[in-house]
Amino acid sequence: MGAVHVMWLRQIKRYWRSRARMIGMLGQPVLFLLALGFGLGPIFQAAGQGDFISFLSPGIVAMTVLFSAMFSGIEVIWDKQFGFLKETLVAPVSREKIMLGRTLGGATVAMAQGIIVLLITVLIGFRPTWALIIPALLFMFAIAFLFTSFGIAIASKLEDMQAFPLIMNFIIMPIFFLSGALFPLDNIPSILEIITRFNPLTYGVDGLRGALTGVSHLGFALDAGVIVALCAIVFMLGSYLFSKVEI
Amino acid sequence: MPDKNIIEVNNLVKKFGNLVAVDKISFSVKAGEMFAFLGPNGAGKTTTIKMLTTLLSPTSGEIKVNGFDPTKEKHETRNSFGIVFQDPSLDNELTAYENLDFHGNLYHVEAKLRKERIDYLLRFVGLWDRKDDYVKNFSGGMKRRLEIARGLIHHPKILFLDEPTLGLDPQTRNYMWDYIKRLNKSEKMTVFFTTHYMQEAEQYADRIAIIDHGKIVKQGNLRELKAATKTKSLEAAFLKLTGKEIREEQGNVKDRMRITQRAWGRG
Ligand SMILES: Nc1ncnc2c1ncn2[C@@H]1O[C@H](COP(=O)(O)OP(=O)(O)O)[C@@H](O)[C@H]1O
Ligand SMILES: [Mg+2]
Repeated sequence: MGAVHVMWLRQIKRYWRSRARMIGMLGQPVLFLLALGFGLGPIFQAAGQGDFISFLSPGIVAMTVLFSAMFSGIEVIWDKQFGFLKETLVAPVSREKIMLGRTLGGATVAMAQGIIVLLITVLIGFRPTWALIIPALLFMFAIAFLFTSFGIAIASKLEDMQAFPLIMNFIIMPIFFLSGALFPLDNIPSILEIITRFNPLTYGVDGLRGALTGVSHLGFALDAGVIVALCAIVFMLGSYLFSKVEI
Repeated sequence: MPDKNIIEVNNLVKKFGNLVAVDKISFSVKAGEMFAFLGPNGAGKTTTIKMLTTLLSPTSGEIKVNGFDPTKEKHETRNSFGIVFQDPSLDNELTAYENLDFHGNLYHVEAKLRKERIDYLLRFVGLWDRKDDYVKNFSGGMKRRLEIARGLIHHPKILFLDEPTLGLDPQTRNYMWDYIKRLNKSEKMTVFFTTHYMQEAEQYADRIAIIDHGKIVKQGNLRELKAATKTKSLEAAFLKLTGKEIREEQGNVKDRMRITQRAWGRG
């Protein structure tokens, strides 16, 4: 087994062993789905925007993937504090491989969480176009990969979990709320439009929604191009910052 | 080349802000030697080991480990050593066996040999019947034994041991040192260790360096150290060189937290 594989496997084992807790973390997206979906659905429909559950479901799946991926990445801080990180840092393995294994592990976990929520959306009435499920899963994976790398990049620069509330309120939440996960991007104020255009998740959500419902605002090509390019850039940035970690 | 230096350190300095943790030290370790690095708490031993093992970059000075510069040739340096850290470094959410297997994989120990060594070492440290238990349920001493076992899965050119036997009972300490000594002989493995048990250094070290306040105050073999201080034991020589004042482990908050954790057997 190579280093990438063992790093990946470690994340999967940890996920499986804390599955009760991980399933518990799905409470939040499901609450969003139910409260907003059924609460705002009638208004959305009255405004001539169609079925809100269909619109919202891909956004909630993306939310789940975003949160799980960021948490997985930021977990590196725990490894730092509990000391396990030293074990990987002195290993005769390239930093890129360690980073890749860890990112793939976190991304797989985030995917699993996203798929569970996708199934829940189907249970409450979402009807995706199954024909494009493969591109949909690829978009989910890209979101997962991007934000796990991003989480690791952030964690590489931090000493402890004290900054976590700041990261939550000033990075994760804005990325989620300003991405078009919850509202359509047409006819929004131009300042908001500009902000959403600079938000990586916008492209992930739009691509995912395009694949699952056939309605995409920015177009598949742009969505896929931006998210893949960002995956590469943020992964390299994360590897670089990770290689600079000192204990 | 029996007298080749496998570790060379020249004027090594590490500062943390205003604190000079390692203050222009120079020493060398010969290939195949067992080298003890002794000093009171906070003397700078761990910091030195971290710089030798690529975990920290020096403020200034030169290091060669197995001919490589740990600041530039990190990968080659990492290929040359194994280490048992002073602080906890296990994954508590994995089992004992999984922790060792993870390590063997990272160090490219081929599957059959890996299994053989892991099985042997788990029995050796008395954890065979606990191999499938999560490490989080282990006592401090069990974790320490597991960390030592892990450090011995691959046989590197240089083995760093930072207070490896702290908190272990005398029987365990003895047979671990005997095993390490045998590896040192049979595999020509260089061993660089720190300890607070003077008897371990007396019995197993070929040469000893004594460090205090970040400076090396004396180095040589046991006979030389005793002669230079006109004392009869290493303990007496050590106390004469480093004084009798008790050292607080100053450290930052994180260090103190780790120390407390370990003291409570949870590290
Ligand atoms: N990361 C760090 N930041 C600030 N000070 C540190 C850090 N690591 C160690 N020190 C300080 O450097 C000195 C040497 O520590 P250390 O090398 O751990 O000593 P030893 O291992 O000999 O007990 C101590 O005063 C310690 O508090
Ligand atoms: Mg120390």
